[in-house]
Amino acid sequence: MSAIWGKTAVVGAYEHPTRFAPEKTAYQLHAESARGALEDAGLTISDVDGLFTSGVGPIGIMSLANHLNLRPCYLDSQAIGGSSFVSHCLHAAAALAAGLCSVALVTYGSTAASERFAIGTGGGFLMDPPDAFEAPFGPTIVGSYALVAQRHMHDYGTTSEQLAEIAVTMRKHAGLNPHAKYREPITVEDVLASRVISSPLHLLDCCVISDGGGALVLASLERARDLRGPPVVILGGAEAVRHSEAGGRDLLDVAASQSGPLALARAGVRHADVDLCAVYDSYTITVLTTLEGLGFCRPGEGGAFAGGGRIALGGALPVNPDGGGLSSNHPGMRGIFLVIEATRQLHGECGPRQVKDAEIALVHGTGGMLGQRHSGVTLVLGRA
Amino acid sequence: MADAKSYRKPLPRIDEESRGYWEALARHELYFQRCRDCGTKRFYPRALCPACLSAGTEWVRASGRGSVYSFTVTYQNQAPGFREELPYVLAIVELAEGPRLMTNIVGCPPEQVRIGLPVEVVFDDVTPEVTLAKFRPA
Repeated sequence: MSAIWGKTAVVGAYEHPTRFAPEKTAYQLHAESARGALEDAGLTISDVDGLFTSGVGPIGIMSLANHLNLRPCYLDSQAIGGSSFVSHCLHAAAALAAGLCSVALVTYGSTAASERFAIGTGGGFLMDPPDAFEAPFGPTIVGSYALVAQRHMHDYGTTSEQLAEIAVTMRKHAGLNPHAKYREPITVEDVLASRVISSPLHLLDCCVISDGGGALVLASLERARDLRGPPVVILGGAEAVRHSEAGGRDLLDVAASQSGPLALARAGVRHADVDLCAVYDSYTITVLTTLEGLGFCRPGEGGAFAGGGRIALGGALPVNPDGGGLSSNHPGMRGIFLVIEATRQLHGECGPRQVKDAEIALVHGTGGMLGQRHSGVTLVLGRA
Repeated sequence: MADAKSYRKPLPRIDEESRGYWEALARHELYFQRCRDCGTKRFYPRALCPACLSAGTEWVRASGRGSVYSFTVTYQNQAPGFREELPYVLAIVELAEGPRLMTNIVGCPPEQVRIGLPVEVVFDDVTPEVTLAKFRPA
């Protein structure tokens, strides 16, 4: 019997409806999201004794505690890119199971769009040793993912049309989400006709830039049973990182290939048991390589696997029913929205975009730069 | 050559671990490292072998020949220094000796770049202190 898996649950989830909030600060979005998630759980801010966040600056978690006037006994500001918030849930499960805290609050807020922050196409950073050998050559974030896409096309014959179909599917889903930033249907031809940002990735292969916020509340399953909503149980999880190694990195070896199988094994869940996936879709290639890495198909088969409606609502493996980062929202780090959507799907409260009879959801966050350094965090969630 | 003030792209911070690499580039020589104890090759330069943590380091001069492992033609980058040079080719080159490194492919139209393209190093003296290893079709 595991000490962690199946012992803790998401008990509250809230996605801030805003996509553009020029009057608000990120901290206000954190606070408004926290209120929403605590209301959803039937808990109050004074119940919170574990605080998890990222994207607030190196020691910003103390500012967030200040802003919420919290005195938590457990703090975690894991910073591994957009997947950080998925990682927070994994760490919260361990902390809750170990009794290090009893109510964990995970929050996120960002005003990337109203600050006109060029997330994907800004300059390279120059902070850490590996950066000195990369940033001088101008890797954008899009470019880093594009290096992987180009290699995938070379090795496996993956096409721009196959990548485009992923964007088309996400947009179709977004049409069912009243809060999504872009809801008008698009076609494969639209994606291919959009301008190339970094070959082979077009504008519509890239996630949107929005403002936004979200929050999650986690507690032990024991405590969850006394709370308002049906708990969503954390059945298993794992994280991983990939980087340039000592100069020998295989670009097509993604972190999901380590975290995915480990998380599924820990959960005792098989691929065939998974009813839906919430997968980080910073770019279309991210979805394709993640599905391969997680083991839903073999390496090289991702293009064909993601086509033909298989990852659309009504297909064998619906991915991102909310429209994902490609169409709904992407304020810079959208990992928290993956867990929120998976939770709401398992509650069966998603209306027209509901995956029928969803019992098991797999969440996978990708953070960082796929072709340089990236993280992968997998969570397996289930109905209690 | 630009002076350090007018050059607007990021410049590497040269430290104890990397000084030998950058000084060699300034002499128009490309080096990688090999562990004296376990023989593992490495790029980028580090003080300790990441395979065995040995400090015994041999600097190995690269032939400067290799091939394109992957690339992307960058059409959008708002950063100073890059936005004036669009489109440019970002690439990972696999050296003939094995290690892979990030670089730019220069000296040919972007549309001629392919994975597998044989390339050779060109030394770009971007400031008096810093030379970058870029590659062109061989």
